[in-house]
Amino acid sequence: MQYVIPLIIAAIIIMALVHKQPSYEIFISGVEDGLKIVVGIFPALVAVLTAAYMLRASGAIDLIISLISPVTDFLHIPKEIMPLALIRPVSGSGSIGILTDILNTYGADSDIGKIASVIMGSTETTFYCLCVYFAKTKVKYTMRAVPCAVLGDIVGIITGVMIIKLVKF
Amino acid sequence: MNYIWCGMILFSLIVAAISGTLNETVNAAFAGAQASVETVLSFAGVMCFWTGMLKLAEKSGISEKIEKLLSPVVRRLFKKTDSEARKYISMNITANMLGMGNAATPMGIKAMSALDKHNKNPLYPSDDMCMFVVLNTTSFQLIPTTIIALRAAASSQNPFSVILPIWITSAVSIIAAVTAVKIMCKFRRMT
Repeated sequence: MQYVIPLIIAAIIIMALVHKQPSYEIFISGVEDGLKIVVGIFPALVAVLTAAYMLRASGAIDLIISLISPVTDFLHIPKEIMPLALIRPVSGSGSIGILTDILNTYGADSDIGKIASVIMGSTETTFYCLCVYFAKTKVKYTMRAVPCAVLGDIVGIITGVMIIKLVKF
Repeated sequence: MNYIWCGMILFSLIVAAISGTLNETVNAAFAGAQASVETVLSFAGVMCFWTGMLKLAEKSGISEKIEKLLSPVVRRLFKKTDSEARKYISMNITANMLGMGNAATPMGIKAMSALDKHNKNPLYPSDDMCMFVVLNTTSFQLIPTTIIALRAAASSQNPFSVILPIWITSAVSIIAAVTAVKIMCKFRRMT
């Protein structure tokens, strides 16, 4: 696993050299794009992290977690990741905030931190996606696609939990 | 998101008032705001490094390579499409795989418009439209840049350790969702 990232980086640089690209300039302009993303995320991150920290300090999060624990216990999902699972399909920046909160609270390398990372990486902002893509079409009854998309999310969450718990990465 | 956010704050204030943790809760709001600045600062560097690398990859022809690799898969999944729709579909999936959400969305909307033209029953989404949207809601990312950057910001010893599990989990959820779409389409044709 430790060779994957260096290999990817080396492959990209070699490809760029082979194609005689102005690598440095392209990298710089890519960094600029990244900076735009970071700036775009920041306001939402402030909003969501503030709310998330308040939920935690007031004890409200423990209340929510204990309310949904029958469901999570049944599915063997750690209840600590449920806030992420609930926000993820609705809001991209919101889920970034919640993931940050989980990583800071439980540690990025703990099982819960890893599970949260995997869930974040393998699911999408499902409902936002559905809205954006059907917006420009003539389709009125978009509900048909929803069950399959939601099923994908649920399978993603359960697989993410299982894979971290069963295999040591 | 509006209601969720307002609900989060109001709910914590109510719980805080009941359990007498109002002071801590208000302080936590400021701590949260501060944490977001710290996160963004430590997250920006890693994030920008990867967007730079991926842009370099894209300009060096990796996009075309991935599109070529994808074309048989796209052909199999979208049977009733013309080459225009297929082109946008592969471009959208490629952009998603490289983590360029900003580039993926316009391509996706173009692909949907192209699929919309061939939709026989315009009020309902066609099988291909369902398939395409579901592929996007379970997207697959080669390098999950945001997550790596966030993990690095949360001082992870090995921010990359989750890449392989993310690939596997993504693959499983995509297979599940695509199978569900296929089954749903078959079932509808029968009824």
